[in-house]
Amino acid sequence: MIISIASGKGGTGKTSVAVALALSLTEPVQLLDCDVEAPNAHIFLKPEWEKQETVYGEIPRVEESRCTYCRDCSDLCQFKAILVLGKTILTFPEMCHSCGGCFLVCKPKALVTDKKELGVIEEGRSGSIHFIHGRLKVGEPLSPPLIREVKKRMNKERWVILDAPPGTSCPVIQTVKGSDYTILVTEPTPFGLFDLKLAVSALEELRIPHGVILNRADVGTRETRDYLTSKGIPLLMEIPFDRRIAEGYARGQSLIAVLPEWKAAFQRLADTLRARPNG
Amino acid sequence: MKPIKQLCVLSGKGGTGKTSLVGALAAVVPDKVLVDCDVDAPDLHLLFKPTIKTRQAFLGGKKAAILPELCTECGRCREVCRFDAISEDYRVDITACEGCGVCVRFCPFGAVAFSPTVCGEWFISETRFGPLVHAQLGAGQENSGLLVSLIRGKALELAEAKGHPLILVDGPPGIGCPVISSLTGSDGALIVTEPTLSGLHDLKRILDLTGHFRIPAVVLVNKADLNPETADAIEGFCLEKEIGWAGRLPYDPVVTEAMVQGRTVPELSPEGLGAEIPKIWKIVEEKLFNR
Repeated sequence: MIISIASGKGGTGKTSVAVALALSLTEPVQLLDCDVEAPNAHIFLKPEWEKQETVYGEIPRVEESRCTYCRDCSDLCQFKAILVLGKTILTFPEMCHSCGGCFLVCKPKALVTDKKELGVIEEGRSGSIHFIHGRLKVGEPLSPPLIREVKKRMNKERWVILDAPPGTSCPVIQTVKGSDYTILVTEPTPFGLFDLKLAVSALEELRIPHGVILNRADVGTRETRDYLTSKGIPLLMEIPFDRRIAEGYARGQSLIAVLPEWKAAFQRLADTLRARPNG
Repeated sequence: MKPIKQLCVLSGKGGTGKTSLVGALAAVVPDKVLVDCDVDAPDLHLLFKPTIKTRQAFLGGKKAAILPELCTECGRCREVCRFDAISEDYRVDITACEGCGVCVRFCPFGAVAFSPTVCGEWFISETRFGPLVHAQLGAGQENSGLLVSLIRGKALELAEAKGHPLILVDGPPGIGCPVISSLTGSDGALIVTEPTLSGLHDLKRILDLTGHFRIPAVVLVNKADLNPETADAIEGFCLEKEIGWAGRLPYDPVVTEAMVQGRTVPELSPEGLGAEIPKIWKIVEEKLFNR
């Protein structure tokens, strides 16, 4: 079962929910932090690291002696990663999406494969949780290829929890795609609601069943609840604003460590997810 | 005319209060153009209820589409696609298609169409605090970086036309493509963080990024009283690394209240939290613009 945790708006509690759910499950679980730009789940799980791997993307390097400056490569490249100006050819690795097209069109075989670092993937264990996260290399704009690499390490026989980045664009889509269910975590404020609606429309497009956890459920307004009712989206859980939770979070302590009584609520949530027809 | 300064407000971690701070700055700083570069989850307009003056479609990258009447199911497209975007029954998964055009180029039968898709919209609006350039990326769409560059370009044109010396950019969370597009070419970055280990962790990532692009940054800790020790640690970290310190703001429910009312903090609490905002602006000007 693959459960992704997403939100639209940032800072609503995705990681807190992902970690709390993982800590509440009785069976073995994988937690994959797919927020490779700003990964935080490890702060709460403090895993014992077992493996670190650097991940690369394939990019072209020009063998100028063979290049005829025919521009087939630069004409094909949609990402402006290759530029041919007269008898000069330049490549821009940070623009490259590693589609491999330039190698295929180059008749004189003047392009050879080189690599650029996308980031690192680290794996470790925290109790019965198998933890994996990616850390995007600073300055690398594209996170989806690294997220894809993180997700290749999924063990679909188990519970897999995917902690998504905020927003609704390609890194989020890359994370939640293929999930059996997405839990959207939001707060009942105007910003939270606006971004929730965007996240919901993305999930509708992907046809991923979803429900909502309201965090800091006692701030803001009723509007979010009214929206959920009108859309028929299940409200899975409400977590009130509690200074103890906020302070624990600040220190890197999970919700379950601070208030163990919440474990039962997350176990009930897991039961609900298990009982789903396709679950 | 003074050269136009661009300030980009960033955070690394989401939900630290970037947008509320940009809204608050908008209320106290004169003569500027506002830009909301968090194009996939844009919230700044919610504080202003702006009047939209210009509304345009955003054409993003191209996407492949297989034309069944020409397709012979030879399999060449599936071979060359690196993104597993073409299914066994020869349909393009639009969410997987990277828009690279390789299948288009190598289909022996010209059976793959390749046209730009509308990926979102962008707007120029009028607010009670000046013009706002903002956008909305379609749900699940790509090319957020391109849309960010586009609206920043529009903001610059607008600032030049109106003679405004400042562009105030509300940036997206993270350190990836739309953040880089929001940051490059800025004169300075105001980083809003929170006193949590996550906030500090992501602060270091975003400072590495501003350092990578050699853009000066100052750091502000929001909701500082929720955890004064970590706020101290962040201040110490900035001191040690010689990163500008913009100060602290306390946690204040007035921030949520302002959001609910569609107003900004200085409008709602001019004597309280709102009184802190001009002080922050003064520091930003001194440390980032008058160097």
